[in-house]
Amino acid sequence: MNKLTFLKSDRSNIQLVLIIGLFLITISIFDVFLNSFFKINLISFLPSKISFIFPLVIGMMGFHLIRIEYSGNRYIDILNKNINTSTFNAFLTLLILFLILKAIPPSLSWMILDANISGDSKDACTGSGACWTYIKVWFRRFMYGMYPNEQHWRINTAFLLVIGLGTFGLFATEKMKKFLALYYVVIYPILAFLIIYYLISGGYFGLEWIETGAWGGLSLTFIVSFFCLIFCFPLGMLLALGRRSSLPAVRYISIGYIEFWRGVPLITVLFMSSVMFPMFLPEDFFMDKLVRVIIAITLFEGAYCAEVIRGGLQSLPRGQYDAAKSLGMGYWKMHIFVILPQALKLVIPGICNTFLALVKDTPLIFVVGLAELAGMLALAKTNPKWLGFAMEGYIFASIIFWIICYAMSKYSYNLEEKYKTER
Amino acid sequence: MSEAIIKIENMNKWFGDFQVLKDINLEVEKNKKIVVCGPSGSGKSTLIRCINRLEEHQKGSIVVDGTELNENTKNIEQIRAEVGMVFQQFNLFPHLSILDNCTLAPIWVRKMPKKQAQELAMHQLEKVQISDQAQKFPGQLSGGQQQRCAIARALCMEPKIMLFDEPTSALDPEMIKEVLDAMVNLAKGGMTMIVVTHEMGFAKEVADEVIFMDEGMIVEKAETKEFFANPKSDRTKLFLSQIL
Repeated sequence: MNKLTFLKSDRSNIQLVLIIGLFLITISIFDVFLNSFFKINLISFLPSKISFIFPLVIGMMGFHLIRIEYSGNRYIDILNKNINTSTFNAFLTLLILFLILKAIPPSLSWMILDANISGDSKDACTGSGACWTYIKVWFRRFMYGMYPNEQHWRINTAFLLVIGLGTFGLFATEKMKKFLALYYVVIYPILAFLIIYYLISGGYFGLEWIETGAWGGLSLTFIVSFFCLIFCFPLGMLLALGRRSSLPAVRYISIGYIEFWRGVPLITVLFMSSVMFPMFLPEDFFMDKLVRVIIAITLFEGAYCAEVIRGGLQSLPRGQYDAAKSLGMGYWKMHIFVILPQALKLVIPGICNTFLALVKDTPLIFVVGLAELAGMLALAKTNPKWLGFAMEGYIFASIIFWIICYAMSKYSYNLEEKYKTER
Repeated sequence: MSEAIIKIENMNKWFGDFQVLKDINLEVEKNKKIVVCGPSGSGKSTLIRCINRLEEHQKGSIVVDGTELNENTKNIEQIRAEVGMVFQQFNLFPHLSILDNCTLAPIWVRKMPKKQAQELAMHQLEKVQISDQAQKFPGQLSGGQQQRCAIARALCMEPKIMLFDEPTSALDPEMIKEVLDAMVNLAKGGMTMIVVTHEMGFAKEVADEVIFMDEGMIVEKAETKEFFANPKSDRTKLFLSQIL
């Protein structure tokens, strides 16, 4: 019986048991730490198999010992409640901890300690780690594509202008608030288009004309995502309303549209837009490849948006429609003032989902010869002077995409919070 | 005798194969208060929902304030603006404050200037005694307060007729009284009202006529005193004996 008392405290020797438990856990973590950071094996005298699982066993014993209700120590209670509720959870905790400890030194040395960033050619990369020189040298290409270096200020200015116009809503006075929806749905896209057309594309006001084929890199990612986002949302809204319309023609057209676009892969849509579509156009009619691609993605994502918004419309109780109608509101007034504000609020997470997918789908435009960020990477990694740095490039792109997407999802959480007035 | 503001002739309605309303004939004169009662499923709610065409009838005619209800949507929107309705589940707009709930329709349907609409709304909210809650959202109010707000919202359109669809059925017993009080006040002001309710006390107090419906038909229609004192049909007697 004595032995059992030692394995599980009967609260008489609680302090001792806690100390032994914590000591065992510390030993196990310390062992793995030394092993992974300094290549020292404290228990190398044991057979290799036992020494391999030794930290896990010791750690599990430690966790078992400190798993006591109301141990008297606040921190141990928190630990028990969150990561040490059962033997299995303790096991997972230790496993994850060990994996992280094991993963840190190699990734750290690859990404920072053994990495190179100086110099401007492949020869500068002498270390065994990452070659950030590659990113540094290609940075402008990754950001601006084949756009001429001395013209980059045009892209920067255009983006600043577009962002500046986008913040207009924050400064709008009470009187202008009425027109905000109109501004964002109609005026803003047109202004943004004009700015990008005249400033980035050029050809007017003494600015050199630069064809869209030369655009690229992250700035192209932004341009494509931006226009697709602002156009596919209203399109989706109309389609969602259309699918619920009582007019059969409108309803069937909407259903047909949505089911068609949801049924085809984006990559074929892009091919169609750039290869097939011009064949059906009259000879003298010219539409830029980039514009065609943006339209294609917008039409495609609009169908997804429509279904997300329809979900929101369907979740509203019928009473809301009844109440709006009973006050004499017509179809559009009812939807604009009563139904859509509530439905759109409900579908913020879903819409954010669709938008994130859209941003991450933009690399697909590479198939029609437009090289945005991921496309530029694909070009750069096949450059004979810079072979063998695909890893660095993809890590760089992942980080950038992650930042963009995380910012978008954070913003959507903020919106949700902001409009949470009831229920 | 004043003219009828609502005139229903041989009105029939089906939900699929099921006939909900059978040969309804009803005339409501201006400033009269009508209470409609009857067992659940008897078509009371459907009847008053037909009056502002939240439900469409299939046969017969409904004329409200001189306009026949038909496919013409513009007509219907005009009628609905003149006919206020209060629902069992309040149906306030949860994304708007109480004040905005009341001003929304006057501003956008009646084209009233915002200032004037707000004054009107505050006046109506004062009448139902919730003007101090004007800036709150519906979700922050009790059921009784929400229903009174719903009444004020309907009144802000300055309707000629008010329809009440079981306005107290979703309320706690304690809150029923405050809503009924608001309705009694409204009745004393001379509004034309059609009220579907099980509150027989309210019927006795304000109704000019009581209609008893069962299985989609108007079984009995009589002056209030007459209705409670000597109901004619056996079905009415049975109903009254159970409810009173």
